[in-house]
Amino acid sequence: MNNTTEKTLALSHFWVAFGAFALACLMGIYQVIERSGFIGWIQSREVYYASTSTHGVLMAFVLTTFFIMGFGYYVATTTLKLPVWNKTFAWAGFWVSLSGVVLAALPLLTGAASVLYTFYPPVQAHVLFYIGATLLVVGSWFWCVSMIVMYMQWKKANPDDPVPLAMFATAANTILWLWTSAGVAAEMLFQLIPWALGWVDTIDAGLARTLFAWTLHPIVYFWLIPAYIAFYCLVPKQAGGYVFSDELARASFILLVVFSLPIGFHHLYMDPEQASGWKLLHMVGTFVVTLPTFITGFTVIASLEIAGRLNGGKGLFGWIGALPWTNHLVLAIILALLMLILGGFGGLINASYAMNAMIHNTAWVPGHFHLIFGGTTIIMYFGIAYYFWPVLTGRPLFSNNLALIQLWTWFIGMVILTTPWHILGLLGQPRRIDSVHYNNLLTLSWEPYEITMIFGGLILVGSAGLLIYNLAKTQFHVTETYEGEVEYAEPIHPVKALPAYLNSFAMWNWVIGAFMLFAFGYPVAQFFLMKTYGSSPWGY
Amino acid sequence: MHIDPLEKKWAAIALGIAGLFVTVILSSALFHGIHAPSHVEPIDSASLHLSGEFAEDKLGIEEDAAGNITVRIVAGRYGFYPQDIVLPTDTPLTFRMVSQDVIHGVHVPMTNMSTMIVPGYVAEVKTELHHAGAYPLLCNEYCGMGHAHMWNNIKVIGKEQWDALKHPQGDASHE
Repeated sequence: MNNTTEKTLALSHFWVAFGAFALACLMGIYQVIERSGFIGWIQSREVYYASTSTHGVLMAFVLTTFFIMGFGYYVATTTLKLPVWNKTFAWAGFWVSLSGVVLAALPLLTGAASVLYTFYPPVQAHVLFYIGATLLVVGSWFWCVSMIVMYMQWKKANPDDPVPLAMFATAANTILWLWTSAGVAAEMLFQLIPWALGWVDTIDAGLARTLFAWTLHPIVYFWLIPAYIAFYCLVPKQAGGYVFSDELARASFILLVVFSLPIGFHHLYMDPEQASGWKLLHMVGTFVVTLPTFITGFTVIASLEIAGRLNGGKGLFGWIGALPWTNHLVLAIILALLMLILGGFGGLINASYAMNAMIHNTAWVPGHFHLIFGGTTIIMYFGIAYYFWPVLTGRPLFSNNLALIQLWTWFIGMVILTTPWHILGLLGQPRRIDSVHYNNLLTLSWEPYEITMIFGGLILVGSAGLLIYNLAKTQFHVTETYEGEVEYAEPIHPVKALPAYLNSFAMWNWVIGAFMLFAFGYPVAQFFLMKTYGSSPWGY
Repeated sequence: MHIDPLEKKWAAIALGIAGLFVTVILSSALFHGIHAPSHVEPIDSASLHLSGEFAEDKLGIEEDAAGNITVRIVAGRYGFYPQDIVLPTDTPLTFRMVSQDVIHGVHVPMTNMSTMIVPGYVAEVKTELHHAGAYPLLCNEYCGMGHAHMWNNIKVIGKEQWDALKHPQGDASHE
């Protein structure tokens, strides 16, 4: 199949993603150094908060959204063996998102949007920031439409066949994203933008936080699903094995989508505007969503074991050594799983209703999400990039060794960065502070950990540089050609037919709708039913 | 459809793990009343200072006849008012806090005294402090450029010392 356009489409999205990533990494190292207070002349709280806001937006919104779109287009094309539906439409989505990024970048970089990436009304940013962020999301909806149309086209042509697993998971992510981005879109369109334009005088911070919480947890799964797709569909083949269970993989993706959506307001455990009954209910849901992750861990490790044994590994653990550790995707998954175990443990603590009080908004929280997002998710994005770059550019990877070094250094750097962060959280350090010099004895114990964090940050920046260098060299300086295509792993037991509920989301959308109405219906409606007082805008 | 017996066993184990967590949390919530701070009580942040429980002269500590203490604090950039608070150990404390401007968060390190202070809503936390000492009460939610400089001081003293302070002349029967 000649898919030159699709390759360009995917590559363009990927470059925006990794460009944002590289820039955000530089901001990250600046922040950890500034915060420590060790170097006097770089101290600036204005620059610190502008940098933190930009770092968060670039990593969490730009890197992820563009990577997921690029990955989705290519997965859809190669699994369904269909050209991307309406190429103009797909490119329009790219440009809408990119113009949103540029619009948001102007106030961010000039310090006119230092509101961090979760927006925090009634602290008000320049209206361009809100409009830009909205356009980024709107552009991603173009992608969602493309994915759904291609899914339908294929289903129409192959009504009785199971949808290829990687595409099934991509469609799951589309559904997840459409449902969850509705929360933040409502906050933007009905609250933040009219308020930032001065059309309304006040904003209800409680409602804004509730709408954002609607988006806040499932968005993490939106970022994570491409990593899971690589776990299930790319890695087993690279490791020399098979997927342990195709059906259970589908069930995991469905569970992820259905249960991650109605539980977002465990992020509001410590908030005054929601009642404890609702918080308790969302706690139960939060623990349900650990199930697909437990199942994924099992199926993926089982798939790796099959590969290890096929490669000649013997005994209880011999298969681990027999895995091809020098394959970048295999190494990526090993490191990603280790981070998922550490970060998942922290997540269980966060989710624990009243225990959350101890670590809420402390340095523990950035420690936790840098493990899950900066660790597990990003490491798999790296692995996917190394695997896709030769396919997309038609040139072999510049250096496999460099790729392996990059993955290892990222892992090591992230462990060194996040361990002190967790400890600092337990010692009571708040998150999002530009300096650690409180006038109190208790807080002096924080300082030694800051040095360690700088060391971790430096390793990470070096590692990020290696990634960009390797990808750029591959594309622009390697002269040989490469003609491979992306290969997807086969399940051990081929799937011949599937019940409709494992092959379509029609029913699940109704289930999600009912859950969402139950979980968020009254908690959102209460703001209109009781007498509330809005807040006037504040600068910073 | 094919599901391996091993997978079924693992799914049951995973369900058991999640179930165990949920059971422990639910039982501590339902039988011991351990909850996240929740108190849906709207208030107009723009007129706090004019009247009512958060007027300037009402801030700080109020002790009822039973010895329960209510602490009223206003959070505003960049401080918690009043700035210095003395509290006894092992006494039921109810913190009632409001913001006069933006979103703040608050916690006392090494304790479970923690809540968000969202303008427009009264944040209420019930807790007890068990160890005497000097604690900071820190803002833990980004509230603007001075966020890292927003804290106040809490001094926790022993229950006996607290009672002695209240009755400096000694036992009331001597009077």
